[in-house]
Amino acid sequence: MTNVIGKSATRVEDKRLLTGQGKYIDDLGTKVSTGHAAILRSSHPHAYIKSIDKEAALKMPGVKGIITGEDIRGLVKPFSVGVMAPVEYYPLAIDKVRYVGEPMAIIVAKDRYAAEDALEKIKVVYEALPPLVGIERALEEDAPILHENVGSNIANHREFNYGDVDKAFEEADRIVKHKFNFPKYTATPVETYGVVAEYDPAHDQYTVQANFHGPFVIHSIMAQALQIPSNKLRIIVPKDIGGSYGIKAGIFPYIVLCGLASKLIGCPVKWIEDRQEHLSSSASGTDRVTYIEAAVENSGKVTGLRMKMIDNVGAYIRAPEPASLYRNHANSTGAYDIQNLHIDAYAIMTNKSPTGLIRGYGGQELYFPLERIMQEVAKELNMDHADVIRKNLVKEAQFPYKTASGGTYDSGNYEESFELALATGKYEEFRKKQEEARKNGKILGVGLACIVEPSGSNMGYITVALTPEERAGSLPKSGASEAATVSMDPLGSVNVRISTTPSGQGHETVAAQIVSEVLGLPREQINVVAELDTSTSAWSIASGSYSSRFASLGSSAIYYAAHKVRAKLFKIAADQLNVKEADLELEKGSIFVKNNPDKKFSVKRAAGLAHWHPTSLPDGMEPGIYETYYYTADVAQAPNEQDMINSSVTYGFVADMVTVEIDPDTAEVKIIDYFTVHDAGKLLNPLIVDGQIMGGLAHGLGGALYEELAYDKNGQFLTGSFMDYLCPTAPEIPNVTIKHTESPSPLTPLGAKGLGEGNTMSAPVAVANAVSDALAHLDIMIDDLPLSPTRIWKLMGEAKEKVTTP
Amino acid sequence: MKPPKFEYYKPATLEEALNLLEEAGDDGKIIAGGQSLVPIMNMRLASPKCLIDINGLEELSYIKNEDNTLKIGTLTRQSDVEQSEMVANVCGLLAEAITQIGHVQTRNRGTIGGSIVHADPSAELPLALLTLNGSVQITSKDEVRTVAAEDFFITYLTTDIMPTEVLTEVTIPLMEEKSGYSFQEVARRHGDFALVAAACHMTVDDEGIITAVRLALGGVEAIPLLIGDAEDILTGEQLSDLLMEQVTESVEMESDPESDLHASSEYRMHLAKVLTKRVLTQAYERARG
Amino acid sequence: MGKHEIEVTINGKVYQEEVEPRMLLSDFVRDVCGLTGTHVGCEHGVCGACTINVNGSAVRSCLMFAIQADGQQVQTVEGLTSNHELTDLQKNFIECHGLQCGFCTAGILMSTEDYLEKNPNPSSKEIKEMLSGHLCRCTGYDGIVKAIEKTIEERNQSVLS
Ligand SMILES: Cc1cc2nc3c(=O)[nH]c(=O)nc-3n(C[C@@H](O)[C@H](O)[C@H](O)COP(=O)(O)OP(=O)(O)OC[C@H]3O[C@@H](n4cnc5c(N)ncnc54)[C@H](O)[C@@H]3O)c2cc1C
Ligand code: FES
Ligand code: FES
Repeated sequence: MTNVIGKSATRVEDKRLLTGQGKYIDDLGTKVSTGHAAILRSSHPHAYIKSIDKEAALKMPGVKGIITGEDIRGLVKPFSVGVMAPVEYYPLAIDKVRYVGEPMAIIVAKDRYAAEDALEKIKVVYEALPPLVGIERALEEDAPILHENVGSNIANHREFNYGDVDKAFEEADRIVKHKFNFPKYTATPVETYGVVAEYDPAHDQYTVQANFHGPFVIHSIMAQALQIPSNKLRIIVPKDIGGSYGIKAGIFPYIVLCGLASKLIGCPVKWIEDRQEHLSSSASGTDRVTYIEAAVENSGKVTGLRMKMIDNVGAYIRAPEPASLYRNHANSTGAYDIQNLHIDAYAIMTNKSPTGLIRGYGGQELYFPLERIMQEVAKELNMDHADVIRKNLVKEAQFPYKTASGGTYDSGNYEESFELALATGKYEEFRKKQEEARKNGKILGVGLACIVEPSGSNMGYITVALTPEERAGSLPKSGASEAATVSMDPLGSVNVRISTTPSGQGHETVAAQIVSEVLGLPREQINVVAELDTSTSAWSIASGSYSSRFASLGSSAIYYAAHKVRAKLFKIAADQLNVKEADLELEKGSIFVKNNPDKKFSVKRAAGLAHWHPTSLPDGMEPGIYETYYYTADVAQAPNEQDMINSSVTYGFVADMVTVEIDPDTAEVKIIDYFTVHDAGKLLNPLIVDGQIMGGLAHGLGGALYEELAYDKNGQFLTGSFMDYLCPTAPEIPNVTIKHTESPSPLTPLGAKGLGEGNTMSAPVAVANAVSDALAHLDIMIDDLPLSPTRIWKLMGEAKEKVTTP
Repeated sequence: MKPPKFEYYKPATLEEALNLLEEAGDDGKIIAGGQSLVPIMNMRLASPKCLIDINGLEELSYIKNEDNTLKIGTLTRQSDVEQSEMVANVCGLLAEAITQIGHVQTRNRGTIGGSIVHADPSAELPLALLTLNGSVQITSKDEVRTVAAEDFFITYLTTDIMPTEVLTEVTIPLMEEKSGYSFQEVARRHGDFALVAAACHMTVDDEGIITAVRLALGGVEAIPLLIGDAEDILTGEQLSDLLMEQVTESVEMESDPESDLHASSEYRMHLAKVLTKRVLTQAYERARG
Repeated sequence: MGKHEIEVTINGKVYQEEVEPRMLLSDFVRDVCGLTGTHVGCEHGVCGACTINVNGSAVRSCLMFAIQADGQQVQTVEGLTSNHELTDLQKNFIECHGLQCGFCTAGILMSTEDYLEKNPNPSSKEIKEMLSGHLCRCTGYDGIVKAIEKTIEERNQSVLS
């Protein structure tokens, strides 16, 4: 074997990207007839649309057509979504707008400049309605209702009881509880959404190029909305996507919109979202209120948890929501051995933009209250936070560990990884430094967080949004399928076709590494095709790039597809050499007899025979070499009657320690050092791995300190540009030390788990814990993010007041 | 985000530019570095009918030290000032302030004059100019006039310049021997506009007695704010905690910061006081050498 | 007012085209000249993706009008390499994993080359400050900083030897 899996191989993608030869959606040529779209968006958070006058706009030079909500009424069905609430979500607002930035009309013109000129001429008359902004306000009796036919603002509500929660709370020595708010924030890939849609009336066929990366279950949703057979909607994903971190899954309404516009106006339609549109109306994470209660023994052991989680999915619940609530369902108790769990989960709707996938999806919202409360438990019991964590971590001997809610943590050694984090960060030493510093008026703090990082989502988890009775009425869902195709052409060259629609994660490189190893060919000779075409690629509903599923699932499909090719080559060689397949070995492009290496047959020739000389093949063998493998993991079962669900395939572990200094005068938080230990099983390419971790961490730090999609109390959107939506830049990133432990997953052939999301989940709470630790002398409660200086200064001021005026 | 239509002129001389401005009247708009104007045009928050591009006026790009006065042509790129050794030697405050404007790439294009005319209340250059008791030279077809920084800024994004005028030069009287300065700001991220910025310039005699001082703040009012009382309180004295306390009281009296997403009014006020003390302390230390 | 004829030299090649005055330089480079290696990520000057070199300075092409580049010398990412041979900086981006999706990369390369030419020996802090004019949402900047540091080190060594 060439042994390239697990090596820090450099990336095959890089050369084209470094020389400006990448092919992103906006780089693909278009036909001369193509019209360019601009989208008219609501300036109101909540209003009836009284009228839209497009006459003057239609007369503007270069305008090809304008489509409003009224024009698509009846032509599209509402997008389906996995909840019972009859929410009607269309690609353009009809009758009513429900958030600032909601699309109301699409203008197609000869270029984007002309389209924007026309947009300014459209006159809209609104009748304003009271806006709904606050999460808990949404549940109040007299709250404004967004969707009259739903009757309330609740899109989904489920309650879950695992173990004996009441007993745990009755027997607890103490109950530690608090309410935490997690803000709405997003991921802002530097490349925005882009769609080129062409409707072909002769075949009633929509062909759409878009930087959409799945999950491809959404293909079905789009076809249903368009009311067409699904093979009439062909989606082609370009080779290069300029980042997504989940956000681009939210492009689907625009795919349908541009498709419809192409049909109604009669030309191909290209739309490249601009940054203002992206910030106000693409997709984001949910903002969430969590009431968390922990039943605690005086020893520090947590015996039960109650969480009431209210997730704000924005103005319309849309697929894959309410998945943010359930994506982490199996790992709701995080890294801790807690078998009594009560969850009261709400997805509610307010006049903010609709949410969707985002790096860490649901994890940061879950771990913020969970890891904060663990620190509060320590405070309450006067224990060291590290000791409370130690007391509660799942023990090595417990693996595979069954969680309260139905998950199976496949492998890990949490204690070892956690201790490694503390040792790397010199925890005890820092505690001493902190004490010293305090004497000199300096404010230092240390934050800890331990989280379980799920990867490879089980398509069945989303159905826990329904009750077991409701589920019984529909098709059961399970699995975590992914497909890959490995083929060899007549001259023995290898092509690999993947359906994981990468957006920077280096799938081409890792796919080439895997196939190179399995087929014993140099990596440079393997061509990987990352473009996905729903009409010609092998794909399934789960295909795509999200939930860190490449390492666990995508790689497995590639591995097995390559093995199918390998098996066929072995069969051919065995037949030609007149030996048994079991006696053969493969190395450096040559298949040889193990105990007689001179007796050999080249891979190239074996492949050649399959094309040039098929009658020479063993009896019954098909000509050609073209093997597709659909992989799924058995552990991705549908939920059972008790709502037990193993929501992901593999579970990694992250232990973080972060140290901060707070300026006592300005309340600015400076991160001194960030230490993170990951156990992601077997690492497929350490170079790529650390890059993924750094990226996820930077995003997590953004969530901790800078990023928020903010609305004022009237529902007006406040962060419509990069001057106000603050993404961390290089100077904001602290020193980071990454360490790895390796507990290979027993479930996947390569033993790998996902790892690009862990720190996005952990960093917000790790930093919050550090700030809370730093300000412990003032007894300040950190229950809100981001930790901007203005927020911390206010808390410090209030605390000092409390101290001075008893 | 595409800009609206406009007519475009690129004069080759100042005279030509002034004629064009005269002709265009209220419809005319100068474009210099474009680092403030083009973003708002792309967002269609500004739609000038007629854009007069002064980037061809090479004669307006220079840095000179004449008669102990620093003279900078309006079109001088911020990065040219940043890299000027002469500026670093004779006007440390300006050199320090300039590195905090945006980013290398925006400074490569953004001009000295553009920033001052744009007059963002928390911008660095207007604050530095005010603190250094600088002035601007304004040229129109009819006259060349000089306006002190103190009189130039009128209100939020508004200055004493007419649509037919061009800011041509910025002048700054140079520091005396025993002087010190400080420029400090608190911003959310590196390169962001300051939440609050403070600048101070002072001269001190051999006994440590302050002989002159100017203190100004950005981000606490619609324009950069000179704290006139600082001069009265500190001149003739050595810097002390007590006096600094008095100065911050004046700061509190004179500023009226606004609240926004990134900072509450109270927090800005607090920062104004903190930064006041910091710049006074640093300027004093530097002046004493 | 209609279109203007302009002549811009990009990567040594002269482009003579008619443009509306309002056409952004970024759009001109991409859509008129077909040099799609320069990317657009915000069109208000913050993300840095569109950074190119105009007359010897790295600037935002989304904050210039194409007409302003009339008669000027422009370099884009496509002009960094000659004969498909990567520059030392580009090679180090590969070595140090300085890119993932690659969307921010062209702008960062253009800024860095210009910056290093003017400041051959910056500190890490200065490198990061230079990078503050660029958003990268993939890498956390770590690989980028390392690639630049490695390039500086190598260039210094080659000067010494
Ligand atoms: C990402 C980013 C970050 C930034 N951060 C900061 C920051 O932290 N601090 C800061 O201060 N600025 C910041 N800026 C703005 C700064 O870069 C601009 O350079 C400056 O505000 C305007 O200068 P300009 O030459 O670009 O002017 P332009 O944008 O060309 O013009 C600005 C205004 O001044 C007028 N004008 C220009 N020159 C003249 C003249 N000679 N006579 C009369 N009127 C004239 C124009 O008509 C226009 O109204 C930032 C910009 C960006 C894009
Ligand atoms: S596109 Fe020009 S800076 Fe973002
Ligand atoms: S590599 Fe993706 S944004 Fe930088």
